Amino acid sequence: MSIDLKTIKHISKLSRISVDEQRAKKLVGDLNSIFDFIEKLNELKTENVKPLTSIAETTLKLRSDEVKSKNIREQIIKNSPQDNKDYFVVPKVIE
Amino acid sequence: MSDITKQSLTDLVENIKNKKLSSSEVTKAFIERSEKSKVLNAFITEDFTSALDKAKKFDQKPNLDLKLPGIPMAVKDLFCTKNVKTTAGSKILNNFVPTYESTITENIWSEGAILLGKLNCDEFAMGSSNETSFFGNVQNPIDKNLVPGGSSGGSASAVAGQLTPITIGTDTGGSIRQPASFTGTVGLKPTYGSCSRYGIVAFASSLDQAGPMAQNVKDCALLQEVISSFDSKDSTSIDFKRSHYSKELTNDIKGKKIGIPKEYRVDGMPKEIETLWQKGIEYVRDCGAEIINISLPHTSYALPTYYIVAPAEASSNLARYDGVKYGYRASGDNLIDMYEKTRSEGFGAEVQRRIMIGTYVLSSGYYDAYYLKAQKVRRLIKNDFDEAYKKVDAILTPSTPSSAFKIGEKTNDPVSMYLNDIFTVPVNLAGLPGISIPAGHDAKGYPLGLQIIGKAFDEQNILNIAFAMEEKINFKNKISDWWIK
Repeated sequence: MSIDLKTIKHISKLSRISVDEQRAKKLVGDLNSIFDFIEKLNELKTENVKPLTSIAETTLKLRSDEVKSKNIREQIIKNSPQDNKDYFVVPKVIE
Repeated sequence: MSDITKQSLTDLVENIKNKKLSSSEVTKAFIERSEKSKVLNAFITEDFTSALDKAKKFDQKPNLDLKLPGIPMAVKDLFCTKNVKTTAGSKILNNFVPTYESTITENIWSEGAILLGKLNCDEFAMGSSNETSFFGNVQNPIDKNLVPGGSSGGSASAVAGQLTPITIGTDTGGSIRQPASFTGTVGLKPTYGSCSRYGIVAFASSLDQAGPMAQNVKDCALLQEVISSFDSKDSTSIDFKRSHYSKELTNDIKGKKIGIPKEYRVDGMPKEIETLWQKGIEYVRDCGAEIINISLPHTSYALPTYYIVAPAEASSNLARYDGVKYGYRASGDNLIDMYEKTRSEGFGAEVQRRIMIGTYVLSSGYYDAYYLKAQKVRRLIKNDFDEAYKKVDAILTPSTPSSAFKIGEKTNDPVSMYLNDIFTVPVNLAGLPGISIPAGHDAKGYPLGLQIIGKAFDEQNILNIAFAMEEKINFKNKISDWWIK
């Protein structure tokens, strides 16, 4: 299997990371060498193996739904990239 | 006392408790040395003025019953610290000031320690040489232009260079143990679930685990005692009986069964690593432990598995950096354009590469072939350890396949960089504790480490083995202060 320029552009779109032509070409080489290395896993037969999804196979604990933080709007907004006291501001979405 | 920064944590604690030293004296000594050590680039953010204030306050009303009374320390810049900038080594978080504290750092401050500053690391902890940091590479105190390892490179450099008596790092695939090995220091990656992940910038959530780094095993045990706690704010935190690691530390390891896995004898491994390993085997035998040859047959599949699982989880975790609520934002023609430019300008090359690998292996049509396959092989790797632990109490291996390399030597070849973690990655995949201790030097005089891997939740046992070996090895780190004019 090999990853071509078209695939890189598709992944770039899915990842929401814009890449220029030069960078995309470099990524073709990088990702192919990494996937060549990853292909080694195909040596193993794993039809009957149960996937390991979490190392701490515990069931999630239930807790009561209590409000623990109050009036922290200022704290939440504090790191907002665009200054505004009340909201997060983004570029216009609806024309 | 001019040699304050040379003292171990244990000695500093004792000297403060006996009032031979004040917190202010100790804090000042580490700050003065750090001021002379800018060349190492170990710090991303210094918090020296505030540290001196806190030390003064501590001295006015010292609480000497605490475990880290007035001890100054710097932490990896992956831990959120309230009102102190936390960058994860990334441009995308360059202006991020958390409004909350990570559980681990909270534990540390409540035992009396004082924050000196935030230490450099690979961007989002993705790297093995600290060269992917937006804030520049870190120098290894061992020699000029040598990498300190990564991703906790600033942490390792700061401990070896005596800019901080102890520190905490994080380890997703070897990021505590490999830099510890490269700098002649001790680093422990605890069992998954023993130290809370709350407030740590996430990389790969099923693998990430924070742990202590120090000059010796006893200091490491004491810090582990402080940071290990059950935390309801981390859904994977595990409630188990935690030992008083430093109090119960013993060099009596008579009768312990130590496994030597044949698969860790990899092709192309330098002869000096093999020699070091043999020496390690002799040391534990001298301590009265029994050596047993074991097999971990899926070892060579661990790195390929890791390079599916970790990027997949990273691509999901890092989706939150979109320029909306915090962090860097680029301007764009519309919302999508803003996202794409923010992430393209805000993330460095290695992080982008891993997000793209992760996105690909999780994408429609490839999920089963890659991600599901990797999760299955991960089970096989864990089963190998479960089988081995029916016969042995712990496993002894080299920490890394080589000593520290030069800055720039491996930056153009991602796969050769990834091979650094060949001995450490299986431990993360299986969620086990592992400790790296300095065990000798190579021909160039650079430190080499040995790794002891334990059963889950058996930190005490590997700390004891490390403690017993440390005594036999009697390692002396060769720090010439080359960077101080």
